[in-house]
Amino acid sequence: MSVAAPPSTPLIDSIRSRRIRITQLVAVGALVLFLAGAPSVVDSFTLAQILTKALWLGIAAASLIFLSSYGGMISLGQTGIYAVAGFTMANLVHAAGGKHLGWDPLAATAVGIVVATAFGLLCGAIAARSYGIYFLMITLAISVIVFYFFAQVTVLSGYGGIRSVTMPAVIGNPITDPIPLYYTALLASVLVYVGIRYLARTPFGLALQGIRDDPARMQALGYNVPLHRALAFGVGAFIASIAGILSVWYTTQISPGGINVAQTINILVIAVIGGLYRLEGAWIGAIVFSTIDNYSRVWMPNVGDWLGPDRFETVIGVIFLVIVLASPGGLVGIWEGLWGRRRRRRSPEESSGIPTKGAVDDAVDHPAAV
Amino acid sequence: MSSRLDVRIVPRAFLVLPGLAVVAWIAYKGSQDAQIFWIVTLNGLTLAALFFVVAAGFTLIFGLMRVVNMAHGSLYLLAGYIAFTLQGSWYGVSGNLLSGTPATVTSWVVPMIIAIIVIGAAGVLMQQVFLRWNQGQDLRQALITIAISVILADQMVAHFGGIAESIQQPATWPDSVSLLGVRYGFFRLVVVVGAALAIGAVLFLVIKRTRFGMIIRAGVDDRSMVSALGVNIQLVFAGAFFIGALLAGLAGVLGGTMIAVQPGNDSAFLLDSLIVVIIGGMGSLGGAAIGSIALGLVNSYADVYLKFGGTDLTNYAILLTFVLVVAVLAVRPLGLFGRPA
Repeated sequence: MSVAAPPSTPLIDSIRSRRIRITQLVAVGALVLFLAGAPSVVDSFTLAQILTKALWLGIAAASLIFLSSYGGMISLGQTGIYAVAGFTMANLVHAAGGKHLGWDPLAATAVGIVVATAFGLLCGAIAARSYGIYFLMITLAISVIVFYFFAQVTVLSGYGGIRSVTMPAVIGNPITDPIPLYYTALLASVLVYVGIRYLARTPFGLALQGIRDDPARMQALGYNVPLHRALAFGVGAFIASIAGILSVWYTTQISPGGINVAQTINILVIAVIGGLYRLEGAWIGAIVFSTIDNYSRVWMPNVGDWLGPDRFETVIGVIFLVIVLASPGGLVGIWEGLWGRRRRRRSPEESSGIPTKGAVDDAVDHPAAV
Repeated sequence: MSSRLDVRIVPRAFLVLPGLAVVAWIAYKGSQDAQIFWIVTLNGLTLAALFFVVAAGFTLIFGLMRVVNMAHGSLYLLAGYIAFTLQGSWYGVSGNLLSGTPATVTSWVVPMIIAIIVIGAAGVLMQQVFLRWNQGQDLRQALITIAISVILADQMVAHFGGIAESIQQPATWPDSVSLLGVRYGFFRLVVVVGAALAIGAVLFLVIKRTRFGMIIRAGVDDRSMVSALGVNIQLVFAGAFFIGALLAGLAGVLGGTMIAVQPGNDSAFLLDSLIVVIIGGMGSLGGAAIGSIALGLVNSYADVYLKFGGTDLTNYAILLTFVLVVAVLAVRPLGLFGRPA
């Protein structure tokens, strides 16, 4: 087929892979430059409504993708957990509604993250022995129960939620000056991304990936499978709780309406749009989501009662459906599929060893369910 | 006999002791006012009947096809809206006492039948178009049904608005009946519980006694073998999806008459179905019955009896649902009657 493909020698291979590495470096460099300089490039509306929002939603989705790509667990509990972090923090600081205990915002943030992580470990202990679809249902139940809890318990929140949450001094007022919050969210995103990539190479991360692929064999090798899965869920909860804190800072309030089933599904949608099995997908999905969220409300034409500026959920639902039907690997999967094909066309030998779309599909089609 | 202590006895003891304490507390509170106790119990049981009708369809579809239909709650709500709209536009029935016509048996039954058939057909359509070619990829199918539920929820808000409506029960039916010395709502007690019992009995007989049921049971155990024996398994799947969706639709009309039709009911009843089958075990009809009763009773007792002296903890009732799920899963990860796939 590929007549023009040059013979593959170690030298050519190394030049070729270096070319790819250089392309990647340039792309990453450009991304870093753009993200670091964004506040001076884009207007403050775009910065707050699209970039900052995408960063914190991306962290929430990253907690889901961490669990699905390294642990083989698709969790719908991340919204419930980040709600626990947000509500704990909002109750501890000075605010309108809730307990308004008047703590220092940073101390309250730390306590919020600790409480949510502990709650996540508890939920992990409950759900760790379930796999696949059971795991999905149990974690969805956890999220919905957290929603009803905060909706009904008026001393902690009630339907109105907690407003005018006191910000830490470094954030200032995110409504008038969105730049500090943007950099905070950016820093948090980078730390989360690097942290997860690091964790994946530790013995714990490797054991977790082994459990994802074959829990029975790992059990036979002497690993405590439920414990590893529960701990991984705790790590996911820690990441989700960072997103929860950022979400409160972003809106300066938190209410049950922001953590309902729709939001639970939005986080899943972001992860699926980006790609459930690639960490980068979290932020790619989030930027697509927040862009559509903003612009569909302005530009969407009215088509009877079916479509219109208010029908954002329908648009996002249709995109979600199309992605699930067409490319289970999400946008990252489509991208990798294109790259894989191009590389295969240039030289068939080289494609081996590179994770292609097929591998991603396989992971979706045969999740580590027992 | 081994004299070693079974380690699992420790968590079980932790579950049994609070369980006994809860029963004792309810018995103590119940003995103080028997009338309230009966009403609360009937509230729980009638709610359980509604949960059972929803969850029976959910668990039937899962049991046969391993499809977790996350759009089940949307089908429930859509049926309620269809019946409500038909009642209004065909018969001029409305809840408004001044201008509306009261409902008759016909103007309740005809919209119900149309609604449940439409919903059954919608279920089959969904299965044929989106799920059939993804058989065996249970997670992907769950994601597809989630996407459908997102679209349906938004479209229902667009077409039916955000106000709580309710389907009118026939005016000729009595408002209440007497039972065990208390007066209780006729529709809840007779119609809803009667429907749940009838559906439970029919499903049980169909599954245990008919050829269709035999095929379903065989299909649950070994799909490819049944197919190899010459059964058109795709037709069976479509039939099961029709019945499962139809049950969601029936529950939607019953619930829309008993409580209300409003946005948010879709996720509420999806959650109820999930909890019922998590407790009872996916795919088990008996498990759905037990799970429904457990959830219904916990909900209604917690709403009333979570008061200790002056401290009113009824706001925290939802936590008991959580505790119930945790307690069952701690002992049986697949639910009470669940079997590994």
